[in-house]
Amino acid sequence: MIELQELRKEFAGSTALAGISLSVAEGEIHGIVGRSGAGKSTLIRCLTGLESATSGHARIDGVDITALSGARLRASRRSIGMVFQHANLLDSRTALENVEHPLQVAGVPRAARRARALELLELVGLTDRAGNHPAQLSGGQQQRVGIARALASEPKILLCDEPTSALDTQTTGQILSLIASLRDRLGITVLIITHEMSVVREICDSATLLEHGRVTQTGMLGEILADPSSPLARDLVPLPRASDDPHRRTLEVALAGTPLGTVFDIAESTGTPISAVESGTLETIDGTQVGRLRLVCADTLQRERLSTALRARGIHVEEAA
Amino acid sequence: MTADRPLWFDNPAIRIELWPALGETLLMTVFATAFAIIVGLPLGVWLYMTAKGSLTDNRMVYRIVSTVVDIGRSIPFIILMIALIPFARFVTGSALGWQATVVSLTVSAIPFYARLVEAALREVAAGKIEAVQMMGADSWQLIRQVLVPEALPGLLSGATVTAVALVSYTAMAGAVGGGGLGALAISYGYQRYQTDTMIACIVLLVACVALLQLAGDLLARSVDHRQ
Repeated sequence: MIELQELRKEFAGSTALAGISLSVAEGEIHGIVGRSGAGKSTLIRCLTGLESATSGHARIDGVDITALSGARLRASRRSIGMVFQHANLLDSRTALENVEHPLQVAGVPRAARRARALELLELVGLTDRAGNHPAQLSGGQQQRVGIARALASEPKILLCDEPTSALDTQTTGQILSLIASLRDRLGITVLIITHEMSVVREICDSATLLEHGRVTQTGMLGEILADPSSPLARDLVPLPRASDDPHRRTLEVALAGTPLGTVFDIAESTGTPISAVESGTLETIDGTQVGRLRLVCADTLQRERLSTALRARGIHVEEAA
Repeated sequence: MTADRPLWFDNPAIRIELWPALGETLLMTVFATAFAIIVGLPLGVWLYMTAKGSLTDNRMVYRIVSTVVDIGRSIPFIILMIALIPFARFVTGSALGWQATVVSLTVSAIPFYARLVEAALREVAAGKIEAVQMMGADSWQLIRQVLVPEALPGLLSGATVTAVALVSYTAMAGAVGGGGLGALAISYGYQRYQTDTMIACIVLLVACVALLQLAGDLLARSVDHRQ
């Protein structure tokens, strides 16, 4: 549904995107993560034609956005719904009028667009706020209106630019589950730009890591997590904070689908008991148990034996320096 | 006090001429403000749209329009008015009276208001414009549906500032036969030493400005949904 091919964008003297290639299948929720300055915003601006790419192609449902301009570009934008970090609602319009706006631009008669907008407000659970202006709504409510507005012209894809970065944790959860449920009900393809790994963990099917305008890693979440040494997996399941290890006896274990108990079973059967679990994280992402643990062994020799045994069983191990 | 000398606030200048003069001042202000908005608003939008990095960025057009506007703003009103006497006579058929003054008031207020419009439009957040661009809106739709409605409180405040400035310009116009309270104050209050006429004119001018400001503020607040 979304297909980027060697997309490049250069500004005077600097390269924002150094040849980005990636594809997102229909109905998928894809996360693009990276630090600020990695090129995430430029990517989304090139994908919507708000910025023109230096070279390469960006296809949405087969239509190459980079080749369009003027009226045809404006028409193609109607097949894209966009959600912004700060909802970007118009203060002069009520919630209902904001949701109607894309239909007004498209020339839909008043009665028809009003009916559609009311349906959408119901979909995001804000029917009772239809007559309120944005300033009378909370940040989370504004973002709901923003999502309803993005859906008004029945787009095939939904682009979300940092949709939860301005919201608190609880509201973030509500917005993310709303996006996930919309995908499930409408079959819409979603591209989420974010710097928050929690967003990827919670709702993405696949993800791309962007660094200095390049794709460092891209793939389905399951594949990414299966290789705990990959950069995205490290970000998704962060390593416990490192502490001093003068006796060289700690061991970092990354789990991807292996139950925690197995690690202890292996330790016992090889006669190298684990003295302590110094720190660790464990969670279930996309149905797979993943985690990282920092284990403490009796001494360096035992650590060597344990790490060899774990590696033999296909468990990812790193020895702390 | 001698018999031929009238009592304070009971001289013919006040009794007969004060209220018509007030009417002229109000007519001049209202007409000049209205014309300044009719021409200045599109001009300000044009300035905004052609400015560097804006929607229909055009350096050449911006420079030309901007220079003309700035020349218009930098000529002192009293000089502009004298310079425009032939033009005013051409438009209204007379070089004197409040109708002629409206012409020069309008010409001086247009660039003033155009700059205020440009500044008000710049206050509209870029994100709002992008959001509507993403709906597939063209430039005309962006102006009609985003820029003007979102900047409306600022546009109305700008119109109030313009109207208040025009009240003081009408008084200046009185010096060269422009009519209104200014003319009354100068020809009776100043040239004939009628202090009471002067005071009456000042009080009415101050009241005009205060009422205009109050009305403008109320209007701007009534369309402001930002809080």
